[in-house]
Amino acid sequence: MTRELHTFKGGVHPPEHKAESNSRPIHVAPLPRKLVLPLRQHLGNPAKPVVGVGDRVLKGQMIGEANGYISTAVHASSSGIVSAIGPAVVPHISGLPDDCITIETDGRDEWIAHGPLDYQAMEPADLRMKLRDLGLAGLGGAVFPSAVKLDPGASHVCPTLIINGGECEPWITCDDVLMRHHADEIVQGVAIMRHLLGSTEILIGIEDNKPEAIAAMQAAAARMDFAVEVVVVPAIYPGGGAKQMIQTLTGKEVPSGKLSTDIGIQVFNVGTTYALARAVHHGEPLISRLVTVSGHVLRPQNFEVLIGTPMQTLVTLAGDRDGTTGVLMGGPMMGIPMPDLEVPVVKATNCILVKSAELFPAPPKALPCIRCTRCADACPAKLQPQELYRFARAADFGRAQEYHLFDCIECGCCSYVCPSHIPLVDFYRYAKSEIWAREKDKRAADLARERHEFRQFRQEREKKEKAEKLAAKAQAKRAELAVAPAEGTGAQSDADAKKALIAAALARAQAKKAEAAPKNTDNLSPDTQREIEEIEARRAKIRELARKPLESEEKP
Amino acid sequence: MPAPFILDRSSVTQVMAWVLAALLPGIAVYVWLFGPGILITLSLATVTALAAEAAMLKTRGYPLKPFLSDLSAIVTAWLLALSLPTLAPWWLIVTGTLFAIVVAKHLYGGLGQNIFNPAMVGYAVLIVSFPVQMTQWAGPLELTGTSLTLAQSAMVIFGGDVPRATLDAVTMATPLDALRTGLLQQFTVDEIMTQPIFGRYGGTGFEWLAFSFWIGGLILWSRRIIDWRTPMAFLLGVWLTAGFLHFFDAGRFGPPWFHFFAPSVALCAFFIATDPVSGATTPRGKLVFGFGAGLLTIIIRTWGGFPDGVAFAILLMNLSVPLIDAWTQPRVYGGADRRGKEPPA
Repeated sequence: MTRELHTFKGGVHPPEHKAESNSRPIHVAPLPRKLVLPLRQHLGNPAKPVVGVGDRVLKGQMIGEANGYISTAVHASSSGIVSAIGPAVVPHISGLPDDCITIETDGRDEWIAHGPLDYQAMEPADLRMKLRDLGLAGLGGAVFPSAVKLDPGASHVCPTLIINGGECEPWITCDDVLMRHHADEIVQGVAIMRHLLGSTEILIGIEDNKPEAIAAMQAAAARMDFAVEVVVVPAIYPGGGAKQMIQTLTGKEVPSGKLSTDIGIQVFNVGTTYALARAVHHGEPLISRLVTVSGHVLRPQNFEVLIGTPMQTLVTLAGDRDGTTGVLMGGPMMGIPMPDLEVPVVKATNCILVKSAELFPAPPKALPCIRCTRCADACPAKLQPQELYRFARAADFGRAQEYHLFDCIECGCCSYVCPSHIPLVDFYRYAKSEIWAREKDKRAADLARERHEFRQFRQEREKKEKAEKLAAKAQAKRAELAVAPAEGTGAQSDADAKKALIAAALARAQAKKAEAAPKNTDNLSPDTQREIEEIEARRAKIRELARKPLESEEKP
Repeated sequence: MPAPFILDRSSVTQVMAWVLAALLPGIAVYVWLFGPGILITLSLATVTALAAEAAMLKTRGYPLKPFLSDLSAIVTAWLLALSLPTLAPWWLIVTGTLFAIVVAKHLYGGLGQNIFNPAMVGYAVLIVSFPVQMTQWAGPLELTGTSLTLAQSAMVIFGGDVPRATLDAVTMATPLDALRTGLLQQFTVDEIMTQPIFGRYGGTGFEWLAFSFWIGGLILWSRRIIDWRTPMAFLLGVWLTAGFLHFFDAGRFGPPWFHFFAPSVALCAFFIATDPVSGATTPRGKLVFGFGAGLLTIIIRTWGGFPDGVAFAILLMNLSVPLIDAWTQPRVYGGADRRGKEPPA
């Protein structure tokens, strides 16, 4: 069965560097002494710790619970004692520490009681809650909580399910190796997804540079009792991006600012599918994953790693070499540099790429943009990167948004092809963050302005009301005085009337003053009353003392 | 340094080097057909451009090495040199090049910032200021039977004492000038075109020069240095406009193939209109830019005060680029198109 494939615009063909790591068998990384488990390993709210320092935890025990709908749980990857809960350095682009739970492992690797779920008998909502409690999140890189994505929403059905085995980033082979060795379990995961989403069309997209994975997946798909189509797609970066995979397989585009489910398509990474199968058929939470360690190491390969394992452990296992110039999490196109190697492997860690000056030479100095539009030719989002760059540089963020800055997927194709070596993606990230910051500021300012305007309005209104009240009162007084028969002359009675008015006004002012006096001292408890009296007494004494020297000076 | 951590092996230098390389067939044919004088013009323009570039970089506080080695100044120099008359005096070459580099390029902010094509600014300044000196074209060897040697050419260019007869023997009116003069003298196009300077399609010899620029253009296109849209739209604009006029009155307007196979049109189509800095950037914008330049070229040639219209056409279109780009923004992935239609789903 051949399927008509569509193409997406742009894309690049960087050297693949897959062969370095995809031929060695999966190596199970040893249990580390210490596991550092960040509470924020997924998109959405960070997990809430449910253990305390000093607690003994078992392998697979929930140590952080999902906090809200878009969140997922965190589990102990091995048994041991919780030694710390607090900020630690995590693999994040900011390099800032984040809340983590640290476990000193006891080497026994003792599992908590767990068992398979009868997913077909379960209510879908219950099953999703269970998956959330098993810590499932997308392993393709975005780590979006899977339970949320497995909810077909109001339509109750998501017709097309795409399993993404594209893995288009150079160097990374963890999905390739996973498909070669665990094809059956991946397809079992697909069955569970199909059950939850009610999908009728199931497509597994794999780039044509993974023939072994394609063969394994085709064999596994043939063994299933429902139709699964393994589709071979051309290898082009970023063909493994969800939006690009959707376009290649279906010819559809996800409308700007919407989700793929809005057009009836859901996409999962093969790693997530595998983790789902492990969760449902074995009751295992997401506590390990495959990680490619490649680049400037002696034995590039894939490891099965417990989440929380320090990256250094893996680099040492793969054989670190002299001349390392840094380490990336992810691939060379979208990866993020690591602050140090003590950071743990997290759910998002698909690759640890060790850099050297030969493999990743420093970029030449940037020259001005010559508007050659190679970036526009390479852009899979069909943007005009040269214009976005111009606007970002000029801090013209409004125009940048008009030119669809937020449709940029930051794939890096533009920077890759730029003959002037301009770090274009950096400029877009900068512009995006500036816009977010300004929107936040603007919201705060709008609120402040609204409050201020309302205060002014209220004060105006009160002033007007007061003036009207006063005028009415004065009128009434005058009428009263006029009615009372005046004994003296007209002039005198006028003066009297004025005096009376002044007296009345004074009385009112007095009353107001009394009213305006602080009322904090009303209705006090006897204790507080006593305290206040004591304070008053002390203050009186101080006042007394303060007056004395003056008096003494006055009378020498 | 954030992602991406790998780069394609392209560079501005490489782009410019390809442009220079693609001009080589044209230069070779030029020498073969019109004598070696052009080599002096090219060298003089190159030296002047590099000196002006270095001086401006130094004045503006920019590093010399990265900007001199980007070869962009040499591209400007060569394009201007190829546009100038073969035996133009040295000071004309120097003035034009200086104006191109100093004013049109650096006073506008240097590489990537110039609104106007520097070579065309240089050319326009010269043709407006020194129209007489801009006519000293060598005739094709095929017609003159002799050409100046390198030394003789140098003598002419640097104002040496060259006998008038020697010079008259090798200079000729260009086909474009011949057509223009003939039309002014109330001859019909057919009558004018019986002159030997008119060849099979364009001018005798000149048409071969045009073909050699076409070859250079194909090289650039095959290397994806230039996009097909601008040259194709430009050539279409020239052909359709000239064709329309010729169809309308064949006696008063030159045939479209005559314009189409002129070296100036070929050079403009593949090397000048395709200048990325001063040209349109969107796909549809490139079509508009190219077509507009082609249309204006013929209009200026036909009704303008100067023999050729390419430079003014390009400069006028350069002016319109911000507008063209703004009006021709393509639909983005997942975005609605111009008519507000949602993406294919």
